[in-house]
Amino acid sequence: MIAIRGLKVDLGGFLLQDINLSVEPGEYFILLGPTGAGKTVLLEAIAGLHPLLDGSISVDGAEVTRLKPEKRGIGIVYQDQVLFPHMSVEQNIAFGLKSTKCPREEIATRVRRMAELIGITDLLARDPTTLSGGEKQKVALARALVTEPRVLMLDEPLSALDPETKENLQHELAEVHRRLKVTMIHVTHDFEEAIAVGDRVAVINEGRIAQVGTPEDVLRRPNSEFVARFALSRNVFTGQAMEASNGHVTVDIGHVSVEAISQAHGPVHVSLRPEDIFISASPLQSTARNSFQGTITDVGDRGAVVHVTVSVPPEFICLVTRQSFAELELRKGVEVWITFKASAVHVF
Amino acid sequence: MLALLIVLFIFVPVIKTATSSSPTTLWDTLRESEVYTSILLTMCAGLIATGVGLVLGVPLAYLLARHDFRGKRIFEGLIDVPIVIPHSAAGIALLFVFGRQFFFGKLFGHMGITFVDTLAGVVIAMMFVSVPFLIDSARDGFKAVDVRLEKVARTLGASPWRVFFRITLPLAWRSIFSGSVMMWARAVSEFGAVLILAYHVPFFGEHPTVAPILVADRFACFGLDYAGPVAVLVILISLVAFVVLRSVALRGEKT
Repeated sequence: MIAIRGLKVDLGGFLLQDINLSVEPGEYFILLGPTGAGKTVLLEAIAGLHPLLDGSISVDGAEVTRLKPEKRGIGIVYQDQVLFPHMSVEQNIAFGLKSTKCPREEIATRVRRMAELIGITDLLARDPTTLSGGEKQKVALARALVTEPRVLMLDEPLSALDPETKENLQHELAEVHRRLKVTMIHVTHDFEEAIAVGDRVAVINEGRIAQVGTPEDVLRRPNSEFVARFALSRNVFTGQAMEASNGHVTVDIGHVSVEAISQAHGPVHVSLRPEDIFISASPLQSTARNSFQGTITDVGDRGAVVHVTVSVPPEFICLVTRQSFAELELRKGVEVWITFKASAVHVF
Repeated sequence: MLALLIVLFIFVPVIKTATSSSPTTLWDTLRESEVYTSILLTMCAGLIATGVGLVLGVPLAYLLARHDFRGKRIFEGLIDVPIVIPHSAAGIALLFVFGRQFFFGKLFGHMGITFVDTLAGVVIAMMFVSVPFLIDSARDGFKAVDVRLEKVARTLGASPWRVFFRITLPLAWRSIFSGSVMMWARAVSEFGAVLILAYHVPFFGEHPTVAPILVADRFACFGLDYAGPVAVLVILISLVAFVVLRSVALRGEKT
């Protein structure tokens, strides 16, 4: 387990501060945030590659704050292009074991076993500069895992890959995690990637932790406008929570009031995920508490799904499948009804 | 057209001089003890200067490539100062520091090393004017090595020394090598600073001067006919060495 307490790092103008995190043994933990949020700096600080201004880091109960990077047993895999270009794939993987003075026969066995596990046995003799992006990333993974780190940290491991390779490697990572039960910290700016692989997520913004929770928490119960927007909750409004009864509250968001399940009172934020809104041509007969008529002002084609903007006002962004989009004959200027449940509305 | 002009401007004098003397004249000139000891002195002093430059310059180059500190730009500019100041003035500057009556001169004097009119003097004069080439090239080489390679190596259990010798140095050696070639080439062609600090130096029982000074001396005392063959020898030897070393560096680049 990793425990980080009050960590602070100064990077000449950029501050990473008030970082408190605990990652459970064997957990697949995600650090999620936009570019420049300080995710890589945090990883490198945990690995001992940045001096701390303040705070402490411990791994499995033992403090490592003052330990050199080579003594921490924390592996790192970067985005790409970071294999040692003057060594073969095999030498790359063996580098860590040679550094720790492992006997030669043992090195050969362990390198081979790791290559088999990751499925790169046929690449061992290759020059790393001739590998594809996905292959390079597997080698980097093997190179880090062969030293049996207590924690494996992955810095945007999938970002530089094409969608298909990305999906394969994502499965590979989940598989490795399942088989080796190593604690993983995976950095990404991609919300969907975080949801797909993570046990828990820490959202980080401008050098601070914004929220820590399960993917479901971040998705459904964001604690700030930033997290709500970053988690692609495209409908985020500010409003005034009015009278509450039976756990239901009415929130005036200007022009319209929406019903939500909350005890909040006074000025609040409201978020609503686009996939939780139903669009129909006529009022929908359902138990859903919120139903409004509006006009379509914009249509955004995203391939498998379509984003439809409906102005009530205010504007709501809804997500419909390509099939419903065609069936309902949705286009700009058409009048439609939007309907969503009170439980789909998150108040914070 | 302009490009062709500048190419001609560079090559014609070199080729014209190189082909101005007959091989027999050259051979006879080379057999003069004054000439061959001079050439040997020049090459040796150049090599020693480059060696010392490597030992002292490479760590500095690494520091400049990897660390930011206040006034780094100014510091880097200072390192290049020897390139821009007149070399005879550089010689005077060195004399102020390494002359027998001055601080460093006294300090080294206690260790039995003096610089005025000695091989050590030739070496420091050469080093002063040429080491910036090595430092700049090595620094650029280190900069080109992705710092994340070093970071990964550390997390894999390698000490900073092991990272430097197994990762950084092998990846930057080409720049360091070509910087060394540039430094050596610049060192063996030094005239001004050596003239001031160490004109004639004791070397293998003779008192030769470095080859560029020998050329100038012969020209001043005896005229073009006498200086010509020495100039040709110096040009040829420098060219051959330079071409061979450069091709070694370039071959490394392709692999």
